[in-house]
Amino acid sequence: MKVKKFDTKVQHLKYEVLREVARHAFDGTLLEHYNDIPKTIVKGPKATMRCCIYKERAILAERVKLATGGDKSNPNVIEVIDIACDECPLSGYTVTESCRGCIAHRCEEVCKRGAITFDDQLKAHIDKDKCVECGMCAKVCPYSAIVNQKRPCENACKVNAISMAEGTKAAHIDNDKCISCGACVYQCPFGAISDKSYILDVIQMIKDSDHNKNFKLHAVVAPSIASQFRHVKLGQVISGLKEMGFYSVVEAAWGADLVSYRESQELVEKGFLTSSCCPAFVDYIKKAFPSLVEHISHNLSPMASIAQCMKQQDEACKIVFIGPCTAKKAEIKLDTVSPYIDSAITFEELQALFDALEIDLEHLPVDVLDNASYFGRIFARSGGLTDAVAQALKEQGVTDFEFKPIACDGIEACKKALMLASKNVLPNNFIEGMACNGGCIGGAGCLTHGVKDKNEVDEYGREAFEETITDSISVLINHS
Amino acid sequence: MMNVYVCVGSSCHLKGSYDIINLMKEQIASHGLEDKVNLAAAFCLGKCTDGDGVSIKVEDEIVGGVNPANFNEIFKTYILDRV
Repeated sequence: MKVKKFDTKVQHLKYEVLREVARHAFDGTLLEHYNDIPKTIVKGPKATMRCCIYKERAILAERVKLATGGDKSNPNVIEVIDIACDECPLSGYTVTESCRGCIAHRCEEVCKRGAITFDDQLKAHIDKDKCVECGMCAKVCPYSAIVNQKRPCENACKVNAISMAEGTKAAHIDNDKCISCGACVYQCPFGAISDKSYILDVIQMIKDSDHNKNFKLHAVVAPSIASQFRHVKLGQVISGLKEMGFYSVVEAAWGADLVSYRESQELVEKGFLTSSCCPAFVDYIKKAFPSLVEHISHNLSPMASIAQCMKQQDEACKIVFIGPCTAKKAEIKLDTVSPYIDSAITFEELQALFDALEIDLEHLPVDVLDNASYFGRIFARSGGLTDAVAQALKEQGVTDFEFKPIACDGIEACKKALMLASKNVLPNNFIEGMACNGGCIGGAGCLTHGVKDKNEVDEYGREAFEETITDSISVLINHS
Repeated sequence: MMNVYVCVGSSCHLKGSYDIINLMKEQIASHGLEDKVNLAAAFCLGKCTDGDGVSIKVEDEIVGGVNPANFNEIFKTYILDRV
């Protein structure tokens, strides 16, 4: 059976561009082939995606730009490709064919604005000049005949950062609200919103390192990798990374063990805390709930925590984070994180790098990846961090502190908890915030998303050699 | 100060880095070498397949295949006799 590499064709298209860019970058021929890449992907003469091959190629040229770092003047790692945006109709609440022209007229009754009228067949109509998009009519219709036709990007963006640009009607991202979670990237059916790629930086590091002779190049890999590359063994992915030029591969989950240990101490000391692992969640607090910023855990994220240990030991080494996350690309620009992490790429981009080098994972030996405990590894799914903090409290013998956590799965759940916390009415003393639904396994940079992903992560957790957080981190601290 | 690193890369970790670090700590303490030996973890010493045991690095020299059975001998040769 052929295992599918991606969830959608949009991802595949993005991947083809990344792969071609990477192939030329590894060969040192990117400059002369930069303008040919769209043609090698859209060969023509028949258009398969858009009105004509010329538009297809024009859009691909924009994708090449994103694959090579994107618009430098835009600080956001997420960008709209204006010409790729289909400018989907933005009709909002609309009465569909399912309207039966009934007698009850609940829609009319519930509408406080008087926006509902009826035609001669008694079918409902919404007067858009009066409608305020409250959605009550849709809720009360017994036939579900009224639907909310929102653009998929706007629908995906639960922090309301996306609107329609005046003039072009293309999607517009408000950088003051955007948390770079990538939900819109994954949801746009035309692939008109994309994360910028830093694969060229990584390829340059691989070349400069020259098989780790000039400096050592390490990969820090997120535990959500357990639900990715399922057609091979995880150990073969590790071998593939080493063949690509990485000196070693280290689990971000090991950093997660450090985080849960330190975060539990910080929680006891401060009495109320939010997690700081998810960069999109942290960014959301900063942008939408500034009064809660002081309660964000001062711990670095798992990625940065383990990288900090690695750089303390070898200042000259370089470290690339590989994960499911687009927001990590923004996190590594923070002053607190940039000294430790040199670049960040997604699993999507890793697949493109493997294929650019024609590294055949299936025929590689099975290497090992094992340092973190079960608890560090389950950070990849919602609720894992909470379980780990509870365990860390237990391991440290903390009994006189009542741990009252709330694990917020997705940014909407985060918003609810933060809202209550900002009004001092949240009954919990610890907020685990994960911007993506399901946690990191729901990240926009994953190759695939599936219902079994959580089980895969738990299984990976159970395979860990170390059973406790204390054992896992004991080799990192307190030893001199 | 003599720098001693114990590899904690995945391969060595599975072969018992944890035990070797504890043995190191014990021996350093029992010989009163706390001020003379600086013990630290190394993320990978690049000798993942060398011998039946963990890699260590004493100053610039890498010693592979350290395990509880040969630990005392290696500790004496590479650390105790040189420090």
